[in-house]
Amino acid sequence: MSLIEPIEPAAALEVRNLVTELRLRRGTLRPVDGVSFSVAKGQTLGIVGESGSGKSMTCLSLLRLLPRPGGRIAGGEVVVAGTDLTKLSDRELARDWRGRRISMVTQDPMSSLNPVYTIGDQVGAPLRYHRIARTRSDARARAAEALGKVRIPSPEARLHDYPHQFSGGMRQRVVSAMAIACAPEVMIADEPTSSLDVTIQVKMMDLYRQIQEETGVAIVLITHDMGVAASICDRIAVMYAGRIVEQGPAKELFRNPAHPYTQSLLSAIPKLGEKRKRLYALGGQPPSLTAMPKGCRFAPRCALADAKCHASYPGETNLGAGHRTNCWRVAEGGAPHAA
Amino acid sequence: MTRFVLRRVLQGMFSILGASVIIFVVTRLSGDPVVLMLPPEAPEAMVSQMRERLGLDLPIWQQYFMFLSDAVTGDFGNSYRWEMPVLELIRERLPATIYLASAALVFSLMLSIPFGVLSAVWRGSWFDRFAKGVAMLGQAMPNFWVGLLLIIVFAIGLEWLPAYGADTPKHVILPAIALGWYPVAAQTRIVRSAMLDVLDSDYIRMGRSVGVPEGVLIWKYAFRNAAVPLVTMMGVYFASMLGGAFVVEVVFAWPGLGRTVVEALFARDFPVVQAGVLFAALMFVAANLVVDLSYGLIDPRIRNDR
Amino acid sequence: MTADATDLPQGTRPSLLMRLPGRDFPWISVTILVGVLLLAFIGPWVSPWQPQALDLRSAFNPPVWVEGGSWAHPLGTDNLGRDILSRIIAGTRISVIVAFWAIVLSGALGTLIGMIAGYFGGWADIVIMRLVDIQLSIPPLALALILAAVLDPGLQTVVIVIVVTYWSWYARIVRGEILSLREREYVALARIAGCGPVTIFTRHLAPNIVNTLLVLATLQVGQVIIFEASLSFLGLGIQTPQISWGVMLADARGYITNAWWAITMPGIAIMLTCLASNLFGDWLRDVLDPRRKQL
Repeated sequence: MSLIEPIEPAAALEVRNLVTELRLRRGTLRPVDGVSFSVAKGQTLGIVGESGSGKSMTCLSLLRLLPRPGGRIAGGEVVVAGTDLTKLSDRELARDWRGRRISMVTQDPMSSLNPVYTIGDQVGAPLRYHRIARTRSDARARAAEALGKVRIPSPEARLHDYPHQFSGGMRQRVVSAMAIACAPEVMIADEPTSSLDVTIQVKMMDLYRQIQEETGVAIVLITHDMGVAASICDRIAVMYAGRIVEQGPAKELFRNPAHPYTQSLLSAIPKLGEKRKRLYALGGQPPSLTAMPKGCRFAPRCALADAKCHASYPGETNLGAGHRTNCWRVAEGGAPHAA
Repeated sequence: MTRFVLRRVLQGMFSILGASVIIFVVTRLSGDPVVLMLPPEAPEAMVSQMRERLGLDLPIWQQYFMFLSDAVTGDFGNSYRWEMPVLELIRERLPATIYLASAALVFSLMLSIPFGVLSAVWRGSWFDRFAKGVAMLGQAMPNFWVGLLLIIVFAIGLEWLPAYGADTPKHVILPAIALGWYPVAAQTRIVRSAMLDVLDSDYIRMGRSVGVPEGVLIWKYAFRNAAVPLVTMMGVYFASMLGGAFVVEVVFAWPGLGRTVVEALFARDFPVVQAGVLFAALMFVAANLVVDLSYGLIDPRIRNDR
Repeated sequence: MTADATDLPQGTRPSLLMRLPGRDFPWISVTILVGVLLLAFIGPWVSPWQPQALDLRSAFNPPVWVEGGSWAHPLGTDNLGRDILSRIIAGTRISVIVAFWAIVLSGALGTLIGMIAGYFGGWADIVIMRLVDIQLSIPPLALALILAAVLDPGLQTVVIVIVVTYWSWYARIVRGEILSLREREYVALARIAGCGPVTIFTRHLAPNIVNTLLVLATLQVGQVIIFEASLSFLGLGIQTPQISWGVMLADARGYITNAWWAITMPGIAIMLTCLASNLFGDWLRDVLDPRRKQL
């Protein structure tokens, strides 16, 4: 391990200590509780975790699309191009940022398109509202261009079609075209392929990589699938119970997972040529948001946990090359191995 | 699509036919119209002669078919009271009723659309409760009473608007409010719940995530989807206006079909009553037909599926 | 029936009484409804004046809070000096009688027809549903007007007219319910076990639609009261000297410029009763039949 960290390229998105709260009738929850990460221009960060780990909430927080009423950002910063988005008014955020410099592809492409407007209208919408296209015909031409970028065949001809005339995979491309229409610096993709079948998933991932090469967009990819993350991400952050427990360069993280939770996630992927009777399955459930453990949040399910783990949350340990983790075992020296 | 249209048209025609039977039979229940048409001291011979002339001595089903075959050619007989062909009378009075019902429908939509949309956007707010209150109030008041109150306040008290007649565009305001308030509650409820569904949808969030302004999201993206169930019910609302017009027209001395039918009822002028109610039914069925055929304009999925 | 245990019918969910005094219980509405009901029975004993008592010297007395009003006639008097409050109290009786019979009869008729259509299907269903379509194609008040005109006006006619107008409402909804219930396992089992249609109706289908009927009936109260008022207002419903709120409005229309209160007060009675029954019905629907939000 080298002591000098390599200089990271300029961050397109930097998130510092983000805290998101949900106020419900029965009390206030914190689905995101102090999350920090950054993504460089032209790079892809994967946020990996089980469902309910807070990864979707994190990505909704970035664009401040939290459920209303009740959802709000309680602390931290979301910095794009030197501006902290959490400090902006809703109006400014919608006018100058959403879809213009930071955009999002949502979970379900089947329901993400408005059934009563044409594809041309919808892909053209961000262009019109951000005043990139001044006229209707200009918006249409640029929308066709965006559809071409996501490899939709004969885009001009399809501008007048409605969403129900497209297949699932094609709709996901349309949604992606909406997201990249204004050439944003950051694109957040929340499980963009989880509802598609595997061959289309692979194609979409290839497409994202191509788009990234062409435009230099920084991508935050939310997924529960370590395999998907491995195929495209430069860096990976592992989220558990509202916090990032380990992050680092993808290769390094896969080769030397430090946190026991990461290790258990990785051991759940069958490796090529490996014969196992059954996949390793982690026992127990992630903690409920209403009853968070006082110490390390993974401790109740961790085979290596001791009294200290249950008593207080571990600080960050730097493992070099941007590889960091929060684990008492690692902090006290020696890589733990649970599996 | 053509098959669908054809089926709906046939269904509509069948309903009208059925309605004509019911109307015919019910009006005949009252007994012998000749007795009412002639003075009580008329000699028996005159009564039977009259009866024969009108075909009233025939079995009721034969009478019905005579009525029907005449009706198809546009001959609904003559009005006893107004002493003119019924069709001509209806042609004279029907437009006023359609005008009033349309104005009332516009008024009800002017309330229920903003109420429903904004109640959904600001769910649980004071506006939500206020809109619900105004809407429920309209549903709890007989339209003729609303009409009378409007006359008391705006015609007698403030003298802003005329109470009776239909001479100027101003004349339609009060009757339209009286008639249009009742369905506001149902309409608001439909718009509100449809908007709540739509506002939670992924495509609204998608629109928001690419920077579509909130106003456009609500009034364009969401409302066009939420309007589908409202449009579905439009025929029913229009029909309820037609039904309600019978009383409101009397209150405001509105020269429409409703008041004509009511007056004809008291005059035992059955040709007018039959034809008037039949035309009301015809308009109702036609309104529903138009609505059925117009979904496609709003929802492209239906347009292509048919 | 042992079959009940496998597929619990809705009728056997926790009883209505247990859920009654919930958080959102519409106390005001229920108080108004109970009040109207009570006045219908004890009206003659609590009414300050004889509702028919003429007193021409105190004609057109305004309500007590208006200049010239007095506590003798808190809501004022009409053109013949009759006490409006007493007449409103007297009017509750007609409203309650009309609402009761109209709802019971139209509910029973519609339910029976709807059950037959839904349960037997086939030709019975086609014929009945066509009939419903036809009925729905005639504006309700128009049909009512013809009927009211050919029958002798009065209480009975009002009830008949409302039944003729509203049976299709119940029939359509009950048919829909039965169609979905018919496919349930326990009904099929009962049929296989050899139960006749009557047994299946009374023991398996009826209990399940009771909630829906209760909600429909409550929501109908307001409509029936408005219906009666409309007919009476046109002179085709209740006839003087019988007193109903609609009759009062019809009378008061003649001197609308002299006494606004004679129009306003009976209307408020109608409005409050309708509002109360609508609110109560909404609440009942939310509690008993949450699926049917759109009704």
